[in-house]
Amino acid sequence: MTDFAPASPASPGGAGANHVPARRSRLSLLSRRDKIVLGLMIGVPTFLDVVFIWLPTLASIGLSLTNWNGATALTAKNFVGLKNYQFLFTAYTPFWPAVAHNLIWLLFFVCVATPLGIFFAVLLDRELRGSVIYQNVFYLPVVLSLVIVGFIWELQYAPTDGFINGILGRTGQSDLIDWLGNPGINIWAVVVAASWRHVGYIMVLYLAGLKSVDPGLREAAAIDGAGERQIFFRVVFPVMAPINVIIVVVTVIESLRAFDLAFIINQGTNGLELLSTLITNNSLSEASLIGFGSAIAVVLLTISLVPIVIFLTRVMRDQTT
Amino acid sequence: MTATTTAPPPRRRRVKRSRVALHAFLITVCSIWIFPLLWAVYISLRPLGDTAQHGDFSLPSTLNFQNFIDAWTQANLPYYYLNTLIVAVPAVAITLLLSSMLAFALTRAASRFNLFMLLLFTAGNLLPPQVIIVPLYTLYLHIPIPHPLSDNGILYDQYIGIILIHVVFQTGFCVFVLSNYMRTLPRELTEAAIVDGAGIATIYRSVILPLCRPALAALATLEFTFIYNDFFWALLLIETGSKRPITSALNNLQGQFFTNNNLLAAASLLVAIPTVIVYLIFRRQFVRGLTLGATKG
Repeated sequence: MTDFAPASPASPGGAGANHVPARRSRLSLLSRRDKIVLGLMIGVPTFLDVVFIWLPTLASIGLSLTNWNGATALTAKNFVGLKNYQFLFTAYTPFWPAVAHNLIWLLFFVCVATPLGIFFAVLLDRELRGSVIYQNVFYLPVVLSLVIVGFIWELQYAPTDGFINGILGRTGQSDLIDWLGNPGINIWAVVVAASWRHVGYIMVLYLAGLKSVDPGLREAAAIDGAGERQIFFRVVFPVMAPINVIIVVVTVIESLRAFDLAFIINQGTNGLELLSTLITNNSLSEASLIGFGSAIAVVLLTISLVPIVIFLTRVMRDQTT
Repeated sequence: MTATTTAPPPRRRRVKRSRVALHAFLITVCSIWIFPLLWAVYISLRPLGDTAQHGDFSLPSTLNFQNFIDAWTQANLPYYYLNTLIVAVPAVAITLLLSSMLAFALTRAASRFNLFMLLLFTAGNLLPPQVIIVPLYTLYLHIPIPHPLSDNGILYDQYIGIILIHVVFQTGFCVFVLSNYMRTLPRELTEAAIVDGAGIATIYRSVILPLCRPALAALATLEFTFIYNDFFWALLLIETGSKRPITSALNNLQGQFFTNNNLLAAASLLVAIPTVIVYLIFRRQFVRGLTLGATKG
């Protein structure tokens, strides 16, 4: 259990140096049994996390360099270098549309859904009769699974029987709009359905942040004659910086994770290709192109590392202060 | 002006009028927001004959609960609710047990190690699941599991397999939240217990766990909903239709039993009801669970 040894003296004069004696005295109180208990408390979850998340992540990177199909034993002959990536970037037609769809998803979330969630949070962050009811309405879609969100929106978007075409009066064979079947528009239709859920999620996160802002700051700004809009943009928004980072990270990660809605509607084809559905379809299809599916997974992993690193940097800053 | 003197509000009338405008705006937006759900309720209450004749976009001739009764009995929904419970209850319990132990143990470890572990778990939790599915699937096909826990001898297509992946993924989130929560607990409490000669296990059980009860309640509510709503893992790791938990079963049953909009709407609402009830009862815990991770620390 070297993990519990006091911070190594290899960093003399470091900020931690002062704490070493304190930590040593704390540790010396630990019996052998305590050390075993601590080891198990840390070891069991870590073992599971490493075996079922981190080893598969590394394996995905390795498999992306092979043409393995999962049926035969994996040998050196399966190594194909960067061929999967070359094929992916130059010849695999659904790839760039999938990237574009993930980008549309992200941009719509960043430009519309997330600001809307923030806006609702700001509106509801005051002594307001019925505030809880308004909050519940916005939050209701968040507790529903995406499968149900998908079915509910299929009822709105259905070509002849859907509510939207009904209200638009476009139910005739000549003028009906096939919201989910037309590959030119279906990604937007799906993103709107996804936003229905995302807005409430952002609203709750932001509302909690707003509640933690010192009311004195606002009062002071109001006394100085600032209007409500000025108070928000000049005073509240800047002190909310930590929450703003979280909101951005949540938004980006949710866009990269987008899967369920597209998969439920048409398995992520015909205009609804996403990186996540391409991976699933390639890896689990009859042909089981495992090496190729892994290459797409590595692309998704690489992109995902951006928001993850941003988030971890924030965690690190919080934990060390 | 000092903080103690409250000046008479100079713009009371304008404030009042802006209040009315705000309510009007919020009521309008909320009506739009809840409409898709109300539309689903409306469709589910209409008999198939009615909508087949007049179309979905029409006024009703009759409304009844027949679709709910049909969805419930024809597709054997109670059976799938039970599948969900078999998965969700142990998954939530084990997740909270493992993550509270880990978060606690890390508070006793060197701070640099603590930080590294937090980063490891948080990063793992944030990865899109699709990144790992191929090796994970292979792993599930090859890990042997003895008979009472698995009827085919492996992790794939088993309740235990799906419980395991939920535990692994959700532990990352829960450790992050609990670790932030435990940092706010007064250190003196555990120090005092150590001086009294209490072992680590005792401190965890009788000092830390009771103090963490609010955070654990919040996480339990949230995790139950997350796992109840899972679609992807059950799709990937459960092959037998009759073993699927309700959310992924709903998608499966769509073509088989729920062949019309009315029945599908009724089934969707039946599947949604438990999470809505959990939310309405445990609203405070639910919201706290989500925001503990975001605002503390």
